[in-house]
Amino acid sequence: MLEKTPSDRPDAAQRPEADTVGPHAVPLTLRVNGMTHTLSITPETTLAQALREQLDLTGTKIACDRGACSACTVWLDGAPVCSCMVLALEVGAREVTTIEGLTDREALHPVQAAFIEHDAIQCGFCTPGLIMSCVALLKRTPHPSEHEIRAAISGHLCRCGTYPHVLSAVLAAARTEEA
Amino acid sequence: MPEDLRTRSYPVGIAGVALEQLERNVADDEAPPLPPNARLSVIGQSTARLNGPAKVTGRATFTVDVKLPGMLHARMLRSVYPHARILSIDTGAAERQPGVRAIHVIEHPLGRAQELPGPGEPGDAHRRVRYVGDPIAALAAVTPKAAQAALERIVVDYQPLPFVIDLEDARRSDAPRVFDRPVRTEFFLGPAPQLPQHGNVHGPDTSASRGDAAAGLRAAELIVTGEFRTQVQTHCCLEPHALVADWRPEGLTVYISTQFTAGIREELAEAFGLPLNRVRVVVDAVGGGFGSKSRIGNYVLAAVELSRKAGAPVRLALDRHEEQIDSGNRPSTVQRIRLGARRDGTLTAVAIEAYGTAGVALGASVGNFAQSIYECAAFALEQSDVFTHAGPGCAMRAPGNVPGAFAYEQVIDELAERVGLDPLTLRERIDASPLRREQRRIGAERFGWSRRQPPGSSPGTLKRGLGMAQSHWPALIQINSSCEVRILRDGSVEVRSSVQDIGTGITTVLAQVVAEELGLSPQDIAVHIGDTDFPAGPPSYGSRTTASITPPARNAAYRALRLLMEVVAPSLGTTAERLIARGGRIGTLDASRSITFREAAAQLRNDQISAVASRSDDYGGFGRRMGDAAVGRMGLGGVQFAEVTVDTETGRVHVERVVAVHDCGRPMNPRQIESQVHGGILQGISYALFEERILDRHTGHMLNPNLEQYKILGARETPAIEVHVLENYQGNSATDAYGIAEPSIIATAPALANALYNAIGVRLRALPMTPAAVLTALGRVPCGSVPP
Repeated sequence: MLEKTPSDRPDAAQRPEADTVGPHAVPLTLRVNGMTHTLSITPETTLAQALREQLDLTGTKIACDRGACSACTVWLDGAPVCSCMVLALEVGAREVTTIEGLTDREALHPVQAAFIEHDAIQCGFCTPGLIMSCVALLKRTPHPSEHEIRAAISGHLCRCGTYPHVLSAVLAAARTEEA
Repeated sequence: MPEDLRTRSYPVGIAGVALEQLERNVADDEAPPLPPNARLSVIGQSTARLNGPAKVTGRATFTVDVKLPGMLHARMLRSVYPHARILSIDTGAAERQPGVRAIHVIEHPLGRAQELPGPGEPGDAHRRVRYVGDPIAALAAVTPKAAQAALERIVVDYQPLPFVIDLEDARRSDAPRVFDRPVRTEFFLGPAPQLPQHGNVHGPDTSASRGDAAAGLRAAELIVTGEFRTQVQTHCCLEPHALVADWRPEGLTVYISTQFTAGIREELAEAFGLPLNRVRVVVDAVGGGFGSKSRIGNYVLAAVELSRKAGAPVRLALDRHEEQIDSGNRPSTVQRIRLGARRDGTLTAVAIEAYGTAGVALGASVGNFAQSIYECAAFALEQSDVFTHAGPGCAMRAPGNVPGAFAYEQVIDELAERVGLDPLTLRERIDASPLRREQRRIGAERFGWSRRQPPGSSPGTLKRGLGMAQSHWPALIQINSSCEVRILRDGSVEVRSSVQDIGTGITTVLAQVVAEELGLSPQDIAVHIGDTDFPAGPPSYGSRTTASITPPARNAAYRALRLLMEVVAPSLGTTAERLIARGGRIGTLDASRSITFREAAAQLRNDQISAVASRSDDYGGFGRRMGDAAVGRMGLGGVQFAEVTVDTETGRVHVERVVAVHDCGRPMNPRQIESQVHGGILQGISYALFEERILDRHTGHMLNPNLEQYKILGARETPAIEVHVLENYQGNSATDAYGIAEPSIIATAPALANALYNAIGVRLRALPMTPAAVLTALGRVPCGSVPP
């Protein structure tokens, strides 16, 4: 299953000091893709909004904005979450990884290469989120069964219907890693 | 023969079955006949998507990602009533809100049926809203939050009016009227005579009828009847409808998630009284459309008005709730079918009465499926639109034919059972298409159709069933489709057209076509599309993109190459006619002398040579032509086989496997075609089993306006899918290629329904086929205790 971790809240030490913040903008430090950013955000800002609107990391997509489609999937300390369901203030010291930070600038991750090779892309709007979940799957389960891949992406909606090619791409990427 | 015509010989037929040569008289400047794919090096190969790297890294720019300096954010105010007169709108408080830059009140909304002016009737002084979500006003502010806060300060004085949500209620003569006056009849394919209108019922349209169906039914040896119902489906594009409008004194630029840049430009120019050369429409990646992003809507006009008023770029993106209630939908249908037949299964008459609702719009059609797919001289179709106070429908992937096939392909299966024929055997008798004959043969073999058992004979509680159904879709072509090919002096090549890539892969296919002609590889070609500064390309709807734009792309490449060959021929000691481009070189036919393509281009006197080509008529002529669109003489088809399991304890239907055999002329990129067929099948399964827009009949509000209660198919519901595509040559254009998006969805729902019947021995005639519907059909729950 896609791990949704809003319950996995930062411990008290990472919370803003006052119990009540806002409604005005408050300062926030986010660690994203290995860089530390200081932002000013209003407290209701989601992580997805902060990434897209303040950091211009628009590879993270918002489609349903309520945790139903997983297009906004990023990693918090390596675990995939729907960034539309996490307040930016909740992130605390955890490291955020987005599609832009998956690899170094030039290289493609084997899963990304397999998505291209197997044409696991149509319109491409759900694709970054799917890739974040699939790479996370391979990190914890290097040789997943097809069933495990289906389970790992079961929270993702793809209206174009790329699922069959996503399955074959991830299976192939797992084989490549093995080789 | 006119001087500019030349007789040429084209391959026609199905590769691997029967290919012949056919002589055609073709204009002299058309590229020469292409051999079948087996003899080509780039076309017909599964070239990887050229925009794949951008899409897998998040670099692809969707409209929602566009950010301009000084950009404002807009939100729309929408009706909370399904029917009301707006007595007044007070925007004063909203205007005084911090950060608000412009407000626009919508007076003449689009996207609905338009009432005809009535003689002597005074127009209503007040605007009426006709569905929950009907847009009333829009405003732009410096942040999305400021826009939303200000929106809530607009005061609307509504006078609520009686309304009707339910389809059957709306048909009653005493039902509240959605429109007081007759509305203008519109058809997807061209002009139509004005249809009658009584109450909320617009129609019937009988224009597809032919022959004497009553006599045909009297002559029948048996009659099969059935009543079928299909639901309203929403498009659920993952990228919402969105645009950034940038109005400047020198002209209007609109970045928009659209299926038709050139069409949006024309509509904007007309709406704002601008010449075409002052309107530019741009799009890079489009996050799904499925028919709903074909035209401008109220949100587009509002954003442009706001940009004009504010003197700044304005971004407007619908949220998911707005997407569900006001971005279009597939209309519902009710279809009553009577089929007259002889004992041998041949048809004597088909009579269909159909009605459905597209809310406040027209378009609840059953398409051209039943009238086109099987031979029958007597065909009667009466179809009507029923207005309800619900959001407007619009085209959605294979409009009409999807609900039409769900009903008709089930009736055909019922006929097969009545006359004691296998469903495939009956179709052999009544289907004249040589393509589908081959598709049935291939599909039955790959699928293992011979395993099929009699209906309801599957033992145990988990019952297995096999079914099949067929697809038909017209071959549509946009005649107003142009493409430019430029060869630059460094040997690089550009393709330019306003055509957009909505995920179907036309970017890659254009590179393949041009690379094949120039003897280069697709990676050598830069494809610049999605911008009306380039020659006008076709829309990405109607499965017409490939058929419309690849012939001009090839012809433009051919003509540019001829110009280059004229330049370099003297240096190769020959004439242009005796040169050939292949393997990155231009050389003599006997390969004795050649230079690289780059060396050839370096001989250009100027920085580039360019050729623009437009879609010529099909070599064999069109079947029909309406404005910018035409219909090819041969339709597109396909056959799909489905294997399902049905849990008779829970009612759950699981699709195990689908085998799909299709045709799209010359297949350009098999893997991209496979992707699209997957998409058609998966959307078809989702439509058949899960999706339904549910409106509260007491308030008119949608009860599932999101993506968690409006269910669409996910990875767990995805079956094993096998796709086979025929190579079908007709010698009709420079590429002979067609689209496949729509043919691939039409047969899916009826194939599942036929398989479900085969599993449980009870036929489901309404969509979606939910567990509740299955249990009701099995008599496991009392009728009426669950929704049908």
